[in-house]
Amino acid sequence: MAQDVKSSRLVFTLGMAGFISGLVLVSAYLYTLPMIEANKAQALERAIYQVLPGCNAFKPMGLSAGKLEVQEMHGSDAIFAGYDAKGQLIGFAIPAQVIGFQDVVAGIIGYDPVRKAIIGFEVLESKETPGLGDKISKDAAFRNNFTELECASGVVIVSKGKKSKPNEVEAISGATISSKAVVKLLNQGLEQWQAPIDIYLNEQVKKQQE
Amino acid sequence: MDNLMWIFISALLVNNFILAYFLGICPFLGVTHKLETAFRLGLANVFVMLITALCAWLLNTYVLIYAPYLRLISFIIVIASTVQFVEMAIKKLSPELFRALGIYLPLITTNCAILGLALFATNKGYGLAESLVYALGAGGGVTLALVLLAGIREETRILDIPDVVKGTAFTLIVAGILSMAFMGFAGMFSGN
Amino acid sequence: MNAPTDQGNQLAIEFMKGLWKENPIFVMVLGMCPALAVSNTAINSLAMGLATLFVLFFSSLLVSALRKVIPAQVRITTFVVIIATFVTLVDFLLAAFTPAIHKELGAFIALIVVNCIILGRAEAFAARNPVLLSVADALGMGLGFTLALFGVGAIREILGSGSLFSIPLFGNSFEPWVVMVLPPGGFFTLGFMLLVFNWMQQRKKQTASAKPV
Repeated sequence: MAQDVKSSRLVFTLGMAGFISGLVLVSAYLYTLPMIEANKAQALERAIYQVLPGCNAFKPMGLSAGKLEVQEMHGSDAIFAGYDAKGQLIGFAIPAQVIGFQDVVAGIIGYDPVRKAIIGFEVLESKETPGLGDKISKDAAFRNNFTELECASGVVIVSKGKKSKPNEVEAISGATISSKAVVKLLNQGLEQWQAPIDIYLNEQVKKQQE
Repeated sequence: MDNLMWIFISALLVNNFILAYFLGICPFLGVTHKLETAFRLGLANVFVMLITALCAWLLNTYVLIYAPYLRLISFIIVIASTVQFVEMAIKKLSPELFRALGIYLPLITTNCAILGLALFATNKGYGLAESLVYALGAGGGVTLALVLLAGIREETRILDIPDVVKGTAFTLIVAGILSMAFMGFAGMFSGN
Repeated sequence: MNAPTDQGNQLAIEFMKGLWKENPIFVMVLGMCPALAVSNTAINSLAMGLATLFVLFFSSLLVSALRKVIPAQVRITTFVVIIATFVTLVDFLLAAFTPAIHKELGAFIALIVVNCIILGRAEAFAARNPVLLSVADALGMGLGFTLALFGVGAIREILGSGSLFSIPLFGNSFEPWVVMVLPPGGFFTLGFMLLVFNWMQQRKKQTASAKPV
């Protein structure tokens, strides 16, 4: 008999613990969710404005049935069309990621589809070696590579001070692998999105002519 | 396939759970005096990690999309109880295996490395195959680190080390050197 | 000694022991697993320490207050639920109010839940002692943990990037020991800190035994 009372008490205690903990967590979750979402949105917005100079509004876009379309609900594989104050399309912000020296390097590319050029690049996430590999996000000279980088047929890496063509990126000495990873990231992102973007823009032009 | 290979190597060597993430240090410092024990503990780790990866993936795909705030609690409770069930099953089915790994299982269940695996795998958005490969790599990495350290400890047992250095301080410094050696693996599978 | 000061004394004793004599990191070498990984800068280690202190404080408070209600058979499970709740709470709050720190600490905040100190203190102290004493114990242990972890973080940041709280200390001629902010640096720093701690304990013992009794 005593055993029965005990086991019901065990279940009751655990149930209460679970119930109260659930209550606390749900309310904390509901309370913090809008702030956490806002933080995320703000970080994304900042990154997009960084890589598309002059941008002050953007729309998430994604592929549906092989075609680029504006999407209200965007997943992790969306890109962003950026517009200036007059509503003119400036370019696209394209997130991409590759394997770097230590772990995955994630970044966002600012791409101008008219000039076929990269006009900005930001590292979103990397665990590259402090002092060496992390220069991909900190070194001013390296970042300068991406203010005007022609990319119609992909970008190429060259050693420091050897840049002679508009599609070349100067590597960071001492961080070759990290620099190469960034170039790979650029090429991968562009390769994936250049064609759909071109198709999309052509259609837009056609629509305007009609 | 390339990606799976990288996940495996990365967890095994480059981002070794013990030597790069400091996860599972407690048993690393406490139990690794003998090669044999270290190896078995490592195997038990691989085993529990595989179960963990499976549980974490199931929870993350089918349950947590509806209740994200339960992530931590559900991981802990589900992993702990699943390991206990499996422990009982092994005891019944293969007493041999139970004798080899059994005593380590309860020790590992509350280990940082196990929960770390569940959290990292779901944070990275790994699918089932990726999660399992990740678990295999991470478990292998833990085994490797445990065995290496146990080997070094066996070799250095009779060394004349000053009293103040003996014990944990010495082990930590050895671990630091090991960790430094493992840094040499960084950069594999990247670049070109 | 009369009763009130006696109680005050005991509170002080429980509080102080965590800071040095039973410092969770130096003496018991506990709870470093998830914490060391984010001890590469002073600010990260401080944030990690304080988050742990928060969880330790509230779970000790609750465990101690409920110690007579919770049946022994489900004790550990209930403790884990309590601790995990507070950790999730910290995780949400940090993500909402300090997104930059939350991003740096990442999954390691959630890993506080398996920090051996917290369950260890709940089981070894809070489950057997009244609320006030348990809270004093938790505060002492938490602060001791925070200070030790902060020490590791500060040393690593000063040597590894030549700065403290991101403020440069040495000027341009300083060549940082990059290895200190990388994982090996964590092992080395803690190893050497333990060494110094051991050495001080030994000296203390020697001077104590040298004194005529």
